[in-house]
Amino acid sequence: MATNEMTGAEIVLKALTDQGVDTVFGYPGGAVLPIYDEIFQQEKVEHILVRHEQGATHAAEGYARSTGKCGVVLVTSGPGATNAVTGLTDALLDSIPMVCITGQVPTHLIGSDAFQECDTVGITRPCTKHNYLVKDVNDLARILHEAFYVATHGRPGPVVVDIPKDVQFAKGRYVGPKNIEHKTYRPQVKADQAAIRAAVELIATAKRPVLYTGGGVINSGPTASKLLRDFVEMTNIPITSTLMGLGAYPASGKNWLGMLGMHGMYEANMVMHDCDVMICVGARFDDRITGRLNAFSPNSKKIHIDIDPSSINKTVRVDVPIVADVAHALEDMIRVWKSKSVVLDKKALDTWWKQIDGWRAKNCLKYKQNADVIMPQYAVERLYELTKDKNTYITTEVGQHQMWAAQFYRFEEPNRWMTSGGLGTMGYGLPAAVGVQQAHPDALVIDIAGDASVLMTMQEMSTAIQYELPIKIFILNNQHMGMVRQWQQLLHGNRLSHSYTEALPDFVKLAEAYGCVGIRATKPAELDDAIKEMIKTPHPVLFDCRVANLANCFPMIPSGKAHNEMILGEEVADEDVGSVIDAKGKMLV
Amino acid sequence: MNAHLQPSGSAYFLDTVKPDVETHALAVIVDNEPGVLARVIGLFSGRGYNIESLTVSETQHERHISRITIVTSGTPVVIEQIKNQLGRMVPVHSVADLTVQGNSITRELAMVKVAGQGEKRVEALRLADAFRARVIDAGTSSFIFEITGKSDKVEQFISLMVPLGLVEVARTGVAGITRGPEGMKD
Ligand SMILES: Cc1ncc(C[n+]2csc(CCOP(=O)(O)OP(=O)(O)O)c2C)c(N)n1
Ligand SMILES: [Mg+2]
Repeated sequence: MATNEMTGAEIVLKALTDQGVDTVFGYPGGAVLPIYDEIFQQEKVEHILVRHEQGATHAAEGYARSTGKCGVVLVTSGPGATNAVTGLTDALLDSIPMVCITGQVPTHLIGSDAFQECDTVGITRPCTKHNYLVKDVNDLARILHEAFYVATHGRPGPVVVDIPKDVQFAKGRYVGPKNIEHKTYRPQVKADQAAIRAAVELIATAKRPVLYTGGGVINSGPTASKLLRDFVEMTNIPITSTLMGLGAYPASGKNWLGMLGMHGMYEANMVMHDCDVMICVGARFDDRITGRLNAFSPNSKKIHIDIDPSSINKTVRVDVPIVADVAHALEDMIRVWKSKSVVLDKKALDTWWKQIDGWRAKNCLKYKQNADVIMPQYAVERLYELTKDKNTYITTEVGQHQMWAAQFYRFEEPNRWMTSGGLGTMGYGLPAAVGVQQAHPDALVIDIAGDASVLMTMQEMSTAIQYELPIKIFILNNQHMGMVRQWQQLLHGNRLSHSYTEALPDFVKLAEAYGCVGIRATKPAELDDAIKEMIKTPHPVLFDCRVANLANCFPMIPSGKAHNEMILGEEVADEDVGSVIDAKGKMLV
Repeated sequence: MNAHLQPSGSAYFLDTVKPDVETHALAVIVDNEPGVLARVIGLFSGRGYNIESLTVSETQHERHISRITIVTSGTPVVIEQIKNQLGRMVPVHSVADLTVQGNSITRELAMVKVAGQGEKRVEALRLADAFRARVIDAGTSSFIFEITGKSDKVEQFISLMVPLGLVEVARTGVAGITRGPEGMKD
């Protein structure tokens, strides 16, 4: 027998170790037992046992997003694999690197409707960047290394490796990760230099420029954020970001306009609408960003830096497309900028900034304070003030609380903000927090949650307890699916069809049932102390923050409207909210 | 890369633009690995693109490389998007737009079964001759013709056979290649 012959299961562990994997989030079952047996007999890779496979995928996403490394998931065949589908799709839409190993029934049973058989590669084909069914143990090591390569190169994404049980038992040859890329997959990272020059020349002519940045900056790595900051510093161009890109440029930076889009800042959206040169960096003109397409930034020339050519000219036509990794492109742009000693029209830029100050003066996040009831915005503001000086990571669920978190929590660094942007997956935040905390044991990890969302993956509290991961689940409990209620108010005559969550659990008792700490705040006056108590608790906490039940999330670009048709909170009385979206807008999502 | 697509100004009235639908033949070089065809077809169905014709066959056995020829239609923006979506798929080596490159040849093969007697039979044979279709099977009351050519020629031949007793048609779909000494990047 050749020296590096081992079983498939041994190969899996060896490949993971050689890839530098320290953590796997998983759940066992018949079709992965050989791999679990190997996990039992080693100490290099820590396995975190979740309570539902969806939890494993989101935990891996949180781990990946907060470290820049690849998240790893291990699940069994059939229901294990199908339960992972939501997280795979989430990772695909938000470009999160992930390798998900699924067990499969033995090769000779594939296609026979065997127990816990499902067509995993068929089911996950449209929700992964790539996937593999391993039929020969001698291909296993190469495929695993290739999977890591594919997941982390180019636009990152999830990769599934489906391993039949007999392949896990069979003996085969191991090859190391060295020199294993993919045979042909070579995403372009270095920009076409003519395009870089064209971009710099275009920016040089700008009188009303804006940088519109996104998750691609975060994915590109810390250098990209650094270069972005340098570029803003050099040029004094105002900068906004998508939900996914928060933290790449610091919220305290003087050029920061805040987030843009549907629930973005008034000034950010107005700048997008009125700009003459738009520099899109690692963002993809998502519909939450553009509003009505045919009224999107009508008078600007557009530059688009993206590593994925299919993101360019997909919905919005751009004038200067640049296919490249963000850090590479920014580095090139800064170099060319310096070598040409470009200076922007200072007078024009001053006028532009003056106009921006006018928009800022609208104070679009203003809300009515209440002495008796905690306003959800206030809760996030206080949470921010009391945690900003700590080593804090924030995850969220999906809904109004997510938008308030994005609006009121201020991020200074990349990789500190984990949220489900593209798929909008309720139930993301709690398991994501588990993954973040696992990667950063000493950090303060807070899931800003909604009462409805948090119930979708609540079972992962049990995981947090088992591994002593002191995550803080800060629930903005409005007793509603607030975001659904808001839309029903806007679009459906305020008929609140099934958006009121009756029979919510007592979250404090639930916390105790899980063996963690429950804290409740119901009055603004007690909020600060309660938050401080949460922070100093060295265990997982479920924080039931009772907030105003019917608060709405503003500002808002109603669907079907343009950036300059934003509605501000104070402009709409609750009874008029129903009339701000027209019939055509009601068709949109 | 998208220079030819650039609008002169930069107005985005995408939904008011008259959809000028074009038909393009794309050649796609892929690793012949399990599921690759499902991936390509899934892309088209999942994103709502049209497939007018699709052929696939391994073209380099030692290297397990296949060539897929897809005839699709859409606005220039959609065609560009299709090429980019294909191009970023992991097992796809390269994508060539045979229609844009212009200098390319496309062919299709069809087998056409016609049954009939007397004058119709003679007429079918005469037309087959004019279209350079070969008789590959013949009986006292039927023929099978093999015809190769551009899709519209094949189309025309088939429609001429309808009144003459067309029974059945089997078509391969389109294969295409560019003229000149250069090969496609693989
Ligand atoms: C898995 C899933 N199902 C349904 C939805 C649709 N949806 C979006 S927000 C929302 C309500 C969220 O309620 P909650 O978590 O209480 O947050 P709130 O809006 O009240 O802050 C729903 C149902 C979704 N995003 N994800
Ligand atoms: Mg709620």
